[in-house]
Amino acid sequence: MTTVEQAATSNNLKRETQLSLAWRQFKRHKLAVFGLCVLPIFILVAVFGNWIMPYDPNAVAADGVIGMPQPPSRKHLLGVDLYGRDMVSRLISGAQISLSVGFVSVGIALIIGLILGSLAGFYGGIFDTLITRLADIFLSLPRLFLIMIVNSYLPPNIYNVMVVIGLFSWMNIARLVRGEILKIKTLDYIHASTALGASSGSIILTHMLPNAFAPVIVATTIGIPYAILLESALSFLGLGVMPPQASWGNILYEARQWISVAWWYWVPPGVLISLTVLCFNFIGDGLRDAFDPTLRGK
Amino acid sequence: MNGTNNDVLVRVEDLVMHFPIYRGVIRRQVGAVRAVDGVSFEIRQGETLGLVGESGCGKSTTGRAMLQLYKPTSGRVYFQGQDLVELRSEPMRLMRRHLQMIFQDPYASLNPRMTVRDIVGEPLMAFGQASGKEIDARAAELLELVKLNPDFSGRYPHEFSGGQRQRIGIARALALNPSFIVCDEPISALDVSIQAQIVNLLEDLQKEFQLTYLFIAHDLSMVRHISDRVAVMYLGVIVELASRNDLYHNPLHPYTQALLSAIPVPDPAWGETHQRTVLQGDVPSPVNPPSGCRFRTRCPIADSHCAEERPVFREIEPDHYVACLKV
Repeated sequence: MTTVEQAATSNNLKRETQLSLAWRQFKRHKLAVFGLCVLPIFILVAVFGNWIMPYDPNAVAADGVIGMPQPPSRKHLLGVDLYGRDMVSRLISGAQISLSVGFVSVGIALIIGLILGSLAGFYGGIFDTLITRLADIFLSLPRLFLIMIVNSYLPPNIYNVMVVIGLFSWMNIARLVRGEILKIKTLDYIHASTALGASSGSIILTHMLPNAFAPVIVATTIGIPYAILLESALSFLGLGVMPPQASWGNILYEARQWISVAWWYWVPPGVLISLTVLCFNFIGDGLRDAFDPTLRGK
Repeated sequence: MNGTNNDVLVRVEDLVMHFPIYRGVIRRQVGAVRAVDGVSFEIRQGETLGLVGESGCGKSTTGRAMLQLYKPTSGRVYFQGQDLVELRSEPMRLMRRHLQMIFQDPYASLNPRMTVRDIVGEPLMAFGQASGKEIDARAAELLELVKLNPDFSGRYPHEFSGGQRQRIGIARALALNPSFIVCDEPISALDVSIQAQIVNLLEDLQKEFQLTYLFIAHDLSMVRHISDRVAVMYLGVIVELASRNDLYHNPLHPYTQALLSAIPVPDPAWGETHQRTVLQGDVPSPVNPPSGCRFRTRCPIADSHCAEERPVFREIEPDHYVACLKV
């Protein structure tokens, strides 16, 4: 090696890991940072909800008034609903439902998607054809309609909703993982590992998944709001979370007859749904930029 | 022929590598890219066999199919008498400690998310030969061997220049003390000034560890420098194979003659006394190669007979093999 080469590399520049580079890129995305600030608040409220709730969210007629939603007051900061239940408590309870539906169903979709996607990508051939066609079929059918049919055969509870949403949301992740694995499979460092005698298992674990992970994290983040929206839509249609259990979707459903007279009934759940979905989407966008090396240093 | 000859380390017999082409919804096979179409040669213990040809002629595919990175369509590859083609995946994996490879692109062949220590240590991990501190020590030793500073072992590939990365690739290939290394155009992605350093390093290592090389390249002068014998490929077949001096001084195949006459000579007077053979047209598609002799469409001496009969690869002079009907 020449002395010039030596000098160039031994010159101790500030060494940056992939992670710190990604974080720097993420911070440029102001909305993503906003999402990252707001979302933990929602999550904390949901996690500690049972201690924060001022009233039992399902206790009917807290003030002895039924049949007419009551406007915000000092006792009930966001009023009470049709059955006299405290709205703040119901919204917190709804946050628990919506966020857990988001995380659990996307978790299920992620597991299915990772397994099917890596099978299709790594082994190819008949696996690939079957899995890709299956994903195409699932994607071509209207998802909400399918979930409604399946749900009408199942006892309506929150766990079934999570599982069913998960079972119908794996396609994008599977396709993405397949694509990434196909791309990585042709790279020379995979051939190099094979040539030097690494086993298939260690190639998948040490070379393929770490390099495929960034886009999957992004897809997962963007998948969560879809699941939350689906749950809201299902609950709004009366097929999701069953009363008296609150979810943001079924609060909206109950409020639909009171839109002109009781804004406090429908605005807060609507705003919460939108805000949560937006936060996840912003964070997803930020992560996509953060993991995209072509955007670095711009 | 069988694969047991003391002097011969690697013997390739009639190696064929076709990549199928699929079309339509039901993925029907409509043809094949005949990347390697019946190649036979042997590599002797301790020698360097150069393999040259234009890009797309199948020389890299030959190297990769020999190491079973692609499953050959047919043919045999004997290493120390053992047929690698018939080995199942686990015995083949165990065999790989003797057979290593150096890749063309030093940027693509190193995982960007691994440190140099992990890259060089991966073969040791794969065979459970070392762990933890032993890998640190062995990695440092290997880096020193390829004349890199062992203090760099915690760095990532993107912190190195092309030549340095190629040294990392060489260190990785040496980690298991192999006896045979396929060098797949190890210098063609590098600056000319770095090329000589890498070639010299490869030569030094060959002397030190009694390595046997298959050296794939398209740079004829570099191949002349490093090889003991040279094989010339054209469109999936070997057209000529001879010792270095024989091939460069007495090329018999018209394609070899054309290739050699294309080497630039730094002497203005040369052009007055010599005639360059300039080939017309492009290499035909390996999906649909010409009948008979592959080279006939561009050959200056081909006639109608060349379209009918496929030339046999035969020994014309001692240790000088040619596949041409006109020789």
